[in-house]
Amino acid sequence: MAAQETKQRKLPAPTVSAEAQAYWDAANQGKLLVKKCLACGEFHHYPRPLCPFCFSDKTEWIEASGKGTIYAFSVMRRAPVPYAMAYVTLAEGPRMVTNIVDCDFDKLKCEQPVKVVFKPTEGGPLLPMFTPA
Amino acid sequence: MSIKGTAYIAGIYEHPTRLAKDLSLAQIHAEVAKGALEDAGLTKDDVDGYFCAGDAPGLGPMSMVEYMGLRPRHVDATDTGGSSYVLHVGHAAQAIAAGKCKVALITLAGRPRAEGMATGTVPRSRGGTPTPDEPFEFPYGPTVVNMYAMCATRHMYEFGTTSEQLAWIKVAASHHAQHNPHALLRDVVTVEDVVKSPMIADPLHRLDCCVITDGGGAIVVVAPEIAKSLKRPKVKLLGAAEFVKTQMGGKVDLTYSGARVTGTATFEEAGVKPSDIKYVSIYDSFTITVLMQLEDLGFAEKGKGGKLVADGNLIAGVGKLPFNTDGGGLCSNHPGNRGGLTKVLEAVRQLRGEAHPAVQVKNCDLALAHGTGGSLGLRHGSATVILERE
Repeated sequence: MAAQETKQRKLPAPTVSAEAQAYWDAANQGKLLVKKCLACGEFHHYPRPLCPFCFSDKTEWIEASGKGTIYAFSVMRRAPVPYAMAYVTLAEGPRMVTNIVDCDFDKLKCEQPVKVVFKPTEGGPLLPMFTPA
Repeated sequence: MSIKGTAYIAGIYEHPTRLAKDLSLAQIHAEVAKGALEDAGLTKDDVDGYFCAGDAPGLGPMSMVEYMGLRPRHVDATDTGGSSYVLHVGHAAQAIAAGKCKVALITLAGRPRAEGMATGTVPRSRGGTPTPDEPFEFPYGPTVVNMYAMCATRHMYEFGTTSEQLAWIKVAASHHAQHNPHALLRDVVTVEDVVKSPMIADPLHRLDCCVITDGGGAIVVVAPEIAKSLKRPKVKLLGAAEFVKTQMGGKVDLTYSGARVTGTATFEEAGVKPSDIKYVSIYDSFTITVLMQLEDLGFAEKGKGGKLVADGNLIAGVGKLPFNTDGGGLCSNHPGNRGGLTKVLEAVRQLRGEAHPAVQVKNCDLALAHGTGGSLGLRHGSATVILERE
């Protein structure tokens, strides 16, 4: 199977809640944010106002490097436009649900280095995805 | 305090349908309830505890309590997806031990086939107020199958598990399903059939997936004094545990399931070990689900599950660990996309000596049933029970 384009695939817009407004605003500017706890120092994802590790409400947004590695992936072959579902391990630590795009799906491997890219959604903010680095 | 020995499974019933175009959801719940009560030798009026999950129509248990004309003094509508009904057996025992009820009825029903639901391959938003995780997942296209598939990808990467090893799980289920007249898929398949079936989401093929069926089932859990008064073989609950495994704030680990927690707790409560178990009912939404749960429950070292399931080792009369002798969700039935209840049913049949003679395990006096609900790759509920024939 040749390289797959993600062009035709329509991405539904995420519902933007007040607690994650900053995350989506940053995504629209091509920045990936992660949450860091000022009390215990842990990064977490998806972002929450209360740290899921120590329950402190002192959490802050940090701009992630945008670098990571593929933890796991699965190419959804049985879809109108096949796509690569993935967990990426961010350089900062947390693993996030995402897609691997602009690549040959048949050459994806666990622990492969990737970098963040942003893709448009239908009437919503840009969505962070990853592509081979 | 332990629930060991405080409750018995006295009645079971599995609806024979696999396509329920002419049955309403509520009707299936009522039919399976009637079947399980008749199996036990009890009546609707004996029921004083009612348990159901999100498949029941209406708000919690209320619509079904009304529809069936029940008068429960204890209700529980805990929903952990397909594992709910295994969890309900433990909750029923807790309620019985606390004197809150004596005859607990658990029902499940669903009709995804009749409703033409694209169960496993289309991303689904629950609608309404989104869950906090949904904006960070749904736009990427998570489906039931690709999220389980990612667990398989990582398992293969870390431990060298192969598609052929996973295929043996389907092969074993198909050997059992040939003897079940109600099974949706009754043809025996080979490893080659599985690995050559169309790829759905790498590395899972079509035959790595469970069936999509309508139907349902029910369980009646009773207090010891009720069990003594009935004529059915006595199946005693020795232990039960539940757990919710999550993405842990981003410390995602797809190599194990919540069965690691529930297995340890259930074996401890029951006072037995994996090598004592004669028969296992293991949640089988996909082949990888079975492999991971068997490792996590202690039937194989982590990473060695592939060797455990290969070469027919799960086939009754052939291998050392007979599993899902009704054909399971992989071949027989996965009613309402929730396979936990039917896991308990086949464990009870085995303990009673009422499984099909071709798959009945000899001297089956100790069995384990385990359920996984939700998504193995996102967040899931786990529940385990260990049952003994008295």
